Amino acid sequence: MRVILLPRTLFIVLSVACLLAVWLSLALGPVSLPLMDTLRACLRLMGLPVAGDHLQQAELILGQIRVPRTLLGLAVGAVLALSGVAMQGLFRNPLADPGLVGVSSGAALGAAVAIVAGASLGGIPEALAPYLLSIFAFAGGLLVTGIVYRLGRRDGQTSVGIMLLAGVAMTALAGSIIGLFTYLADDAALRTLTFWNLGTLNGASYARLWPLLLVCVLVILWLPRRAKALNALLLGESEARHLGIEVERLKRELILCIALGVGAAVAAAGLIGFVGLIVPHLVRLIAGPDHRVVLPASALAGASLLLFADVFARLVLAPAELPIGIVTVFIGAPFFLFLLVRGRT
Amino acid sequence: MIRAENLSVHRDSQCALSDIDLTLEPGRLLGVLGPNGAGKSTLLGALCGELKPTQGQLWLDDRPLTQWTGPQRARRLAVLPQSSTLSFAFKVQEVVAMGRLPHDGGQQRDAEIIQAALEAADALHLHDRSYLALSGGERQRVHLARVLAQLWPGEGGQTLLLDEPTSMLDPLHQHTTLQAVRGFADRGGAVMVILHDLNLAARYCDRLLLLESGRPFASGTPEEVLVPDALKAVFGLEVLVQRHPERGHPLIIAR
Repeated sequence: MRVILLPRTLFIVLSVACLLAVWLSLALGPVSLPLMDTLRACLRLMGLPVAGDHLQQAELILGQIRVPRTLLGLAVGAVLALSGVAMQGLFRNPLADPGLVGVSSGAALGAAVAIVAGASLGGIPEALAPYLLSIFAFAGGLLVTGIVYRLGRRDGQTSVGIMLLAGVAMTALAGSIIGLFTYLADDAALRTLTFWNLGTLNGASYARLWPLLLVCVLVILWLPRRAKALNALLLGESEARHLGIEVERLKRELILCIALGVGAAVAAAGLIGFVGLIVPHLVRLIAGPDHRVVLPASALAGASLLLFADVFARLVLAPAELPIGIVTVFIGAPFFLFLLVRGRT
Repeated sequence: MIRAENLSVHRDSQCALSDIDLTLEPGRLLGVLGPNGAGKSTLLGALCGELKPTQGQLWLDDRPLTQWTGPQRARRLAVLPQSSTLSFAFKVQEVVAMGRLPHDGGQQRDAEIIQAALEAADALHLHDRSYLALSGGERQRVHLARVLAQLWPGEGGQTLLLDEPTSMLDPLHQHTTLQAVRGFADRGGAVMVILHDLNLAARYCDRLLLLESGRPFASGTPEEVLVPDALKAVFGLEVLVQRHPERGHPLIIAR
């Protein structure tokens, strides 16, 4: 495989793509805003003295709807892509998906419980009620990942092979319990559940945003520091140990990163599949497998891709809106098959 | 330098290795021989800390092996496993560069060392190729370059452990590989190498350890260890031992 772009060129291209995606995400929708108006309104939102009293409507749309939605898209895309890189490094397999350790299905289970049974759970403080879904989803993701990690531990070592199998089993178990809750749900809950499972950036609010942004910043700051160790881990666990890497600690940190990142992303935006799988893959195809490049480039590419997918989801059936999970899987699944077929030849 | 005293390893309550006393000395190349399942890889696993010994003491340089921290140890001890599973398309020079991870000698110095290690493993012409595009033997040489780079040049008595480094190589590269390992020892490194080819062992090793069912059967110079009776007892193989007409080391011929 040949490196198509040098890292610096790749970063320039991705940064431009990301800016373009942000602009499109801010400007397009049921009410389209001209470029300069978008820019001016954004500056005014930041409190800068920019002329333009006719921009009140634009400010309202941007401030209340599109800015949080765009931030949500950026954070979800970046975190899912980074979790994908971490997962593929952990399993030393370029086709591993962050859902493998059960974090997505655990989050989906938590969400199903919150949607279907949330109202009948007594004693929930009034202030927490709007976040019930997110909290349950996040906790579900962490819990299932914790169980899978626990099952993978043998004699002080973590066996990723056993974790993989345990993840498959836990995903199936979570699926059956979700099925049970789906069966018990009334029509309104069923609709919410279905749409949540398809993933959407719709209805983003700052309150739902900040926990994800916090996790996102943590993951973005931490993972690249371990880029060299991740490279060594790809050689094999004992090889990495002989190169002086504390492999058990690294694996724990990676699993924590994946659980926090995917848990927070799923809690904020529902199930958005295949971003964590295809983004790191594309980046590797273009720039090679060195994590010092793959990690930051995947974060940028994941954020851009998710925003483009969201803009597409907003526009294709306008004024109605397609759930973004449908868009990403519709692009992602054929791409995955393409990689499989290509890998065989 | 590694010193092991009275080393034993049990696996599933069975004795996989026992009564091992050995010292890997700077400048010396120790060959380990024995039939499949005799405990060669177990010995290597125990010496590098992958397997916990049930009994006995183990020192790397002047300290017990368990007291070393990761990067510190990695600058003194490198291990070449039988085979590696790397399924990402790193370039050959990037794989070798991973050997420099425990060091921070600067890019310039690292680049020189990577080049020298690749040259020693006769893999310099592969440096820009993708690892995944290489044959099994070429991959083995790349990993040899990686562990050589990790300890390069080896003048400080660093220890290198190799598990069948020639298993996938063509006849020429079996020799170039052992010449590279020999060179590392001659510069002052301490080396243990597991081999199956008795003639390669006779030619390149200073001392040999012959294992049978987890116990040392014989140890000494190639002349002392490679005798027909011992080989018959351990491998069940009838051999003639002659002198190499040019080099004088033992030459083992199956009857």
